[in-house]
Amino acid sequence: MGRIDTIFNELRSANRRALMPFVCAGHPRLDALPDVLLALQDSGASIVEIGIPFSDPIADGPVIAAAMHGAIHAGCTPALVLDQIASIRDRLRIGLVGMVSISIMQRLAAGSSPALVLARFRDAGFDGFIFPDLPLEESEGWRSAAAETGTTCSLLIAPTTPPERAARIAQASTGFLYLLARSGITGERSEMPDLSGRIAELRRASNLPIAVGFGIATPDHVRHVVQTADAAIVGSALVRRLSAVPPDRSPAQVAGEFCRELSAGLA
Amino acid sequence: MTTMHTGTKPVEPRLSEVPTPEGRFGKFGGQYVPETLMAALAQLEEVYESVRQDRNFWDELRALFATLVGRPTPLYKASRLTAHAAELSRRSGNGGQAATIWLKREDLAHTGAHKINNTLGQGLLTKRMGKKRIIAETGAGQHGVASATAAAHLGLECDVYMGSEDVRRQRLNVIRMRMLGARVIEVDSGSRTLKDATNEAMRDWMGSVERTHYIIGSVVGPHPFPMIVRDFQSIIGTEAKAQSLRHMGRLPDSIVACVGGGSNAAGIFYPFVDDAKVQLIGVEAGGRSREPGQHAATLSFGSPGVLHGTLSYVLQDPNGQTADVHSCSAGLDYPGVGPEHSYWKDSGRVTYTATSDEQALDAFTLLAQTEGIIPALETSHAVSEAVRLASTMKSEQNVLLCCSGRGDKDVEEASRLLALRNPRH
Repeated sequence: MGRIDTIFNELRSANRRALMPFVCAGHPRLDALPDVLLALQDSGASIVEIGIPFSDPIADGPVIAAAMHGAIHAGCTPALVLDQIASIRDRLRIGLVGMVSISIMQRLAAGSSPALVLARFRDAGFDGFIFPDLPLEESEGWRSAAAETGTTCSLLIAPTTPPERAARIAQASTGFLYLLARSGITGERSEMPDLSGRIAELRRASNLPIAVGFGIATPDHVRHVVQTADAAIVGSALVRRLSAVPPDRSPAQVAGEFCRELSAGLA
Repeated sequence: MTTMHTGTKPVEPRLSEVPTPEGRFGKFGGQYVPETLMAALAQLEEVYESVRQDRNFWDELRALFATLVGRPTPLYKASRLTAHAAELSRRSGNGGQAATIWLKREDLAHTGAHKINNTLGQGLLTKRMGKKRIIAETGAGQHGVASATAAAHLGLECDVYMGSEDVRRQRLNVIRMRMLGARVIEVDSGSRTLKDATNEAMRDWMGSVERTHYIIGSVVGPHPFPMIVRDFQSIIGTEAKAQSLRHMGRLPDSIVACVGGGSNAAGIFYPFVDDAKVQLIGVEAGGRSREPGQHAATLSFGSPGVLHGTLSYVLQDPNGQTADVHSCSAGLDYPGVGPEHSYWKDSGRVTYTATSDEQALDAFTLLAQTEGIIPALETSHAVSEAVRLASTMKSEQNVLLCCSGRGDKDVEEASRLLALRNPRH
């Protein structure tokens, strides 16, 4: 059993929920990732989503897009991220999920194969993947590569996804289901929508844990989400704080504090 | 020539029989978009399938083409341009003969380019879907103007995303869009050109999809856009085919069109792809040089990858990041290309070549001064190649050039570039 399954099984048997922060590799500094991951681990995160910077992230709002552009400008490459993860992996118990545009993955797989690319990520220490621009219809090759390499592949379910299709996506996913709380792009919002109907529907289609993302920014949002879901994903709110780290603090300190604050919503 | 398949059934599937129901042109195409957009793409596919057999839809579109756009656009025999090509032929020792160059006058279509063919078609689809708002991306501003025009005609709300660099160099089109009642949203991210405007339009659509239709301006993006845009634009080739038979007495020997995303080229090529004897040539933006970042010649120098929802040739770095591009022409300044062009390239059916900024500027002036037609800078790339090609052919042969747009929008930028080249100008 992979690390992602183990983490969710342990949480389930303890009747606990997961906090899944998202960070962009190479942001706010090229070398920030290892310390940020350690700080998130110490502050209540169970799994961290690591965004590999992409020049044209159409699903991301201005905060994450700017972080990605900054990281690319600073010289962040997939190879560098893999080296950073490999260097820190033995000090991390948390799950690591790569959030990678299929544009990047296709390019890395050119002249190689999806399974070989995913194996490189796995060997560095990644446990699973989210490909935000890979819908069910195009996903088969990458899902079987994930299965072959013992990594998870969570496809996205959107508010606009019809129920029958949502069930098929749920059945095709491994590790956990990724439910988008809203249409639109990533970013912070003030209100959380009611997802209980969609979550009940997904529970009937799949036994996998359900993680909810898009627009979760406060401990109250986290609290609201984990009433029905198994995990809350926090992206833009954390990335925005990391974009404005005061000179007397480190990115790891800022990430750790905010993550601790958010994990109050799990209680 | 059109009956070359009679008698024996072709063994291979015809090149025109794409895409597959999954949106594939060979291995290219597909739908690489966030799940949020999949329902909208499914709805668009469904509506488009339903109108394909609906006479009323096509009657309505044809009436608009005739009365609002001014179709059919003429086929024009460019005698003095042809004489120039013959002179080139004489000077390079090719005997002083040249093929006759004919222009398919899309520059005479209402709003000044072929883009209106697509925006009226998709505008009518928007009405069928019951949506009240359209969004568009634009580079040169021609698609933005055509979208604003369709929106005004059909009573739709219209927002156009445009890179701030393009807002500067295509200022006249920005003014036109605003006069037509559209909102122009300047995009300041990335390279501030067409690619970035497309990103922002897609982001808008992710959050507004239930009441908004995104009118993509070229044969790019996720399925079914490349097919729908090609179908609406193929009126260019359908008319040109009939006009060629009437005026040349046969099909042209070669067809030349510029390729950014590739919509005017797809529109004029598609009705000819099964006519194997007609040579098809797509002309990309060669920019300043072959160096990365100095051109926008995706098919000439790129490799397969995913951009804006489709698998096609793309200019990417080894890490999968989209490369910077450059062209003097805002409409060709794009690191991707339509998936059907990638399919045509790999099948060998269409030859793709690149014309530099300098050559395009020369052709801009040449067409203006030999024929009294100021072409768009995009179109100028194809003009350059058509003249070169004609000068290598025989006088009884014919070259059909897609004169995709007029250059009114470019007069400021072109005179600036010409002055840089020759300060005495």
